Amino acid sequence: MSGQLATLTGVRAEERATVATRPVRRRRRLGPGKPIRFGAAIGPVLLLAIWSIGSAVGWLDPRVLSAPWTVVTTTGDLLADGRLQSNLLTSTQRAAAGLGLGIALGVVLALLSGLSRVGEAILDGPIQIKRAIPSLALLPLLILWLGIGESMKITTITLGVFVPIYLHTHNGLRTIDSRYVELAQTVGLSRWEFVRKVVLPGALPGFLLGLRFAVTAAWLSLVVVEQINSTSGIGYMMELARTYGQTDIIIVGLVLYGVLGLLSDGAVRLIQRKALTWRRTLAD
Amino acid sequence: MATHTGGLTTTLTRDATVAVEVTNLVRRYADRVVLDELDLSIKPGEFVALLGKSGSGKSTLLRALAGLDHGVAGSGDLVVPENVSVVFQDSRLLPWARVLDNVVLGLSGAEERGRKSLAEVGLEGRENAWPSELSGGEQQRVALARSLVREPELLLADEPFGALDALTRLKMHALLRKLCAAHQPAVLLVTHDVDESIVLADRVIVLDEGRIVATETIELSTPRSPADPGFAAVRSRLLDALGVSL
Repeated sequence: MSGQLATLTGVRAEERATVATRPVRRRRRLGPGKPIRFGAAIGPVLLLAIWSIGSAVGWLDPRVLSAPWTVVTTTGDLLADGRLQSNLLTSTQRAAAGLGLGIALGVVLALLSGLSRVGEAILDGPIQIKRAIPSLALLPLLILWLGIGESMKITTITLGVFVPIYLHTHNGLRTIDSRYVELAQTVGLSRWEFVRKVVLPGALPGFLLGLRFAVTAAWLSLVVVEQINSTSGIGYMMELARTYGQTDIIIVGLVLYGVLGLLSDGAVRLIQRKALTWRRTLAD
Repeated sequence: MATHTGGLTTTLTRDATVAVEVTNLVRRYADRVVLDELDLSIKPGEFVALLGKSGSGKSTLLRALAGLDHGVAGSGDLVVPENVSVVFQDSRLLPWARVLDNVVLGLSGAEERGRKSLAEVGLEGRENAWPSELSGGEQQRVALARSLVREPELLLADEPFGALDALTRLKMHALLRKLCAAHQPAVLLVTHDVDESIVLADRVIVLDEGRIVATETIELSTPRSPADPGFAAVRSRLLDALGVSL
């Protein structure tokens, strides 16, 4: 054993000697390299610059795309006469109502189907079928059933929201490590304690992932329902602008949707970080 | 109270002189007999180590005693205490619960006992840490605290130190000896480490193909050292029984 070790070190020393005489060859770096400062801002700023230059030198017809400064002044005008605020409020209320109902529905269904085989047999199939049908394809039917009022709008958003919540929460429930189930048995947890201490916290990462998709789905459904026979909301404002060929207002609406989407996604990610402090992942 | 699972009759220990009584235990997976009419009895406070090759039925016996072998075919009579704790090879801490909450999982109003138990395993002040912030050895100590805070009459340990490095394992041996001296549970330790079994146990049992093929009562004085000639003699007999000749 010790003899072997001696030969080994002998070989190592020899290797070291050859390495020292040979010129050092640098390995090619395969990774993308160091991150660029404010890298995320470069693309959007470039786009804005092209848009500004295009409008300034007259490449872009204002009827096709208004100049950025026109969009800014239009935003000011819309704010001044209060149209922007009232439409934004209406839209946010619709999205929030649909999101709230959809989350509640999705979580309840996921628990029913995740915790009992009977529940799964009854619920999972229909929900998977619902998933295969785009929510927006249900719109004609929903309009016939519920009319074109608020209830149709909120129902459409709810239907778009509950599916991702259900899918990801259900998946989270089902992929809880069976070793924790065994542990729960050995420490004698009751059914309710098991749900509260093991199942719900275990499914939380799945639920929060579902929530991110759900928030996007809520805004998407909102856009569609607000452009159908609506008399208020950002979508209505844009639809009206289309009739009068006001591209500046349409762009204000688009920017608004973008900002709302980004803000709400940021909010969910914040919740994710706060709620999942126990998880140390590569991303953090 | 008697419960029946997989042809098993399980009764609670009544007698103060026996902690565990296994009679005619048969466990089968498909056509393979894993435990073959096994008899075993453990006295209160006795530390029994169970040695055996992979697939000899060690873990199957432990899981039968823990009541974790749902749906396994077989028969036999088991007498076990009401208060049984299990320590697994992995610490099996809930990653989303803080250390203290893991220790008192399923107990109500046991915070103070939980803190004491953590102090006993040398983790005072780590009550609010997440399990992922602890080293492997620390996690396993939390698992020990979780078991001992329940003051078990029987402690079942399934290769609890198998995933730890050699140095940490030695420290854990000393800790487990200390804890067992203080709490006096009957212990069944499943291991494949012959030295570990001799260092820790009062009695070492060797299992092969579902039968007990050797029993060694360890009468060496504690703390036991592999340097002791008596230690070497026991070790060579146990290795013989395991079919390992040096």
